[in-house]
Amino acid sequence: MNIMVVGVGGQGTLLTSRIIGKTALNEGWDVKMSEVHGMAQRGGSVVTFVRFDKKVYEPVCEEGTVDVLISFERLEALRYAHFLKKDGVLIVNDTRIDPMTVVIGAKEYPEGILEELRKSHKLYTIDAGKIAKELGNSKVTNTVVLGVAAKHIGFSKDMWLNTLTNTVPPKTIEINTSAFLAGYEN
Amino acid sequence: MEKRIMLGNEAIARGAYEAGVKVSSAYPGTPSTEISEYLAKYNEVYTEWAPNEKVALEVSAGSAIAGVRSMACMKHVGLNVASDPLYTLAYTGINAGLVIVVADDPGIASSQNEQDTRMIARSAHLPVVEPSDSNEAKEYFKYAFELSEKYDTPVIFRTTTKLSHSQSVVDLGERVVPEDRVYERQVPKYVMMPASAIGRHKVVEARDDKMALDASSFEINKIEYNDKKIGFITSGIPYQYVKEACPNASVLKLGVVNPLPKAMIEEFISQVETVYIFEELEPVIEEQVRSWGYNNIKGKECFTKQGEYSANMLKNVLKLNTEEIEKGKEAPQRPPILCPGCPHRSVFSVLNKLKIHAAGDIGCYTLGAVAPLNVIDTTICMGSSISLLHGMEKAKGKEYIKNWVATIGDSTFLHTGINSLINMVYNKASGTVMILDNRTTGMTGHQEHAATGKTLKGEDTYAINLAELCRSVGVTNVIEVDAFDVKELERVIKESVNGDILTVIIAKAPCALLKGQKFPNKCVASSEKCKKCGACLKIGCPALTKNPDGTIKIDETMCNGCGLCQSYCKFGAIEKVER
Repeated sequence: MNIMVVGVGGQGTLLTSRIIGKTALNEGWDVKMSEVHGMAQRGGSVVTFVRFDKKVYEPVCEEGTVDVLISFERLEALRYAHFLKKDGVLIVNDTRIDPMTVVIGAKEYPEGILEELRKSHKLYTIDAGKIAKELGNSKVTNTVVLGVAAKHIGFSKDMWLNTLTNTVPPKTIEINTSAFLAGYEN
Repeated sequence: MEKRIMLGNEAIARGAYEAGVKVSSAYPGTPSTEISEYLAKYNEVYTEWAPNEKVALEVSAGSAIAGVRSMACMKHVGLNVASDPLYTLAYTGINAGLVIVVADDPGIASSQNEQDTRMIARSAHLPVVEPSDSNEAKEYFKYAFELSEKYDTPVIFRTTTKLSHSQSVVDLGERVVPEDRVYERQVPKYVMMPASAIGRHKVVEARDDKMALDASSFEINKIEYNDKKIGFITSGIPYQYVKEACPNASVLKLGVVNPLPKAMIEEFISQVETVYIFEELEPVIEEQVRSWGYNNIKGKECFTKQGEYSANMLKNVLKLNTEEIEKGKEAPQRPPILCPGCPHRSVFSVLNKLKIHAAGDIGCYTLGAVAPLNVIDTTICMGSSISLLHGMEKAKGKEYIKNWVATIGDSTFLHTGINSLINMVYNKASGTVMILDNRTTGMTGHQEHAATGKTLKGEDTYAINLAELCRSVGVTNVIEVDAFDVKELERVIKESVNGDILTVIIAKAPCALLKGQKFPNKCVASSEKCKKCGACLKIGCPALTKNPDGTIKIDETMCNGCGLCQSYCKFGAIEKVER
């Protein structure tokens, strides 16, 4: 299975893909992931990949091969939707972060992204930021999104919660669990 | 055996631990940084951040000569800084094993060039080991030490961004520490004066020949015969692309990429109809194979010398993609930018306002080159900002640099900037050097350095005072200023660039992402007071956007209340409030 997590530097895409990878490993799959560090992270467009299968070679997913694409932001969903295979699932956190090119007026943020994507993809959207805020900490936005994605990736709820509680800082286990379930049961 | 999923860099650290490494010295550099951070977690291994890669390599060489397994880590351009000891260590050889990890960056994810370490290794006469996934990274690391000790030579362990920053499954092993070796005084081996060096050059040549002969029997060079119509000679991450794109092809996979196993390659070429050499960056393998008289191979005429490869790219060249691959939709680019609350933004906003050019350096502040800040004019290498500014003054005179400064970070200043400052003092320069002191090595993810007061292991240590350091080398005018005090910054910058004496301005404020800070405030914009002038947007803070009516909106989760936008609002429309 090929999974791709995209977003804007600082949104927590790395942690999300690591939890997916660990869960797949615990289920006995061969797993490869790749991620972005360094300058490219600084508020830029960030892409991470998770692949699991009996045997995985390349640590990245190629265009047209992704089963589940998780986007933490609308514009990033538009940018990477072509990585999805025909019946792939697209999960979008319904939020907008303007790139600097838009802020300074050099470019326009495209309108109607979700409507456009819905035409050609199985699209699931969630306002994870709002849910996380209601739970009391907007930092768990990524865990809400992970909860939504988990249902489409497979594995049991307990397997996911097991990895989650073993990955996040102990103090945040409770709120991360609530955030995951909010997404999972959405 | 315990299986764990590990980043390539974490696996290298694990390999070092299992190989019984006792000393490691490094300077941070993407994509190599995490190796030292993971290694520092093993109490059995002494690990440190050195001020630069030359120092790091010399430290590890000292440890190896003293008789314990040692290593140094750096990014590809860091090896340039360390080349001076590198080339001569090839002559002296080692005592206990010495492995130098060098991380190349094909695709330039976070670097200033795309140089290929294998080229440097060849000219320095050093063997190169290259893994293709995390488990190999760990296992080959141990093998690199065996080679180092068997052939009495430092070994370069080459990784690339994709290997360092991808994760795959690793089988953990035990730490095995070889007995410390005895150090013996050997002037002809370790004192490289001409008489000894002439003798050692012969040793180097003989070792090259011996290793080249032995290379065909190195266990990490392997042939996988499958369909003999098509075959690939490859190594590292490109091996994975070959297996993904052409699972039935024959493959000669090199674990040691220098020297090449000539007999093994000749055998492979004789068995396989069409042989492709699939190597990222320079045609290092290809040119050698061609020099042996094999011109029926395919290489760089099919595959680029630039960027990262992929399975898709290989499939396209071999015309294996049956369906047209859909292209991505048009979407505004999202290049990296300075974070909200970054102190560099404040400094650049003032320089931009004063229309001052900056000779820049290596760090997050390179982002001061792009819109809307548009301040940095040059970025070459670590420490170069100060020397470039000096060169400009000597070329065109004092008046010419009155709208120029050099900008350099605290860690970069200690890396090699200090040498350039000494040069300015010595050679009577008058320029203005700005040290952007954010109290960390920022871009690589917050590593300690000699002015932070903490070691890599988190122990307290002496913190160099940058102002005192500058004064001690002879800079009489050293000014420390709060990086967010834009009025004061403007005043001191104007005064310094118009003055006739060498000035160092240290703009101080911690990196916004540095842990342990509290941000009690946030900025809020009033849509009633906002006159839509856009002055606050000129600082390029990602927390600021426009409402549909053109007034300013500040994202409260991104904003850390630095107040820079407030400083630029003439209408009092931005307020700092408690969270």
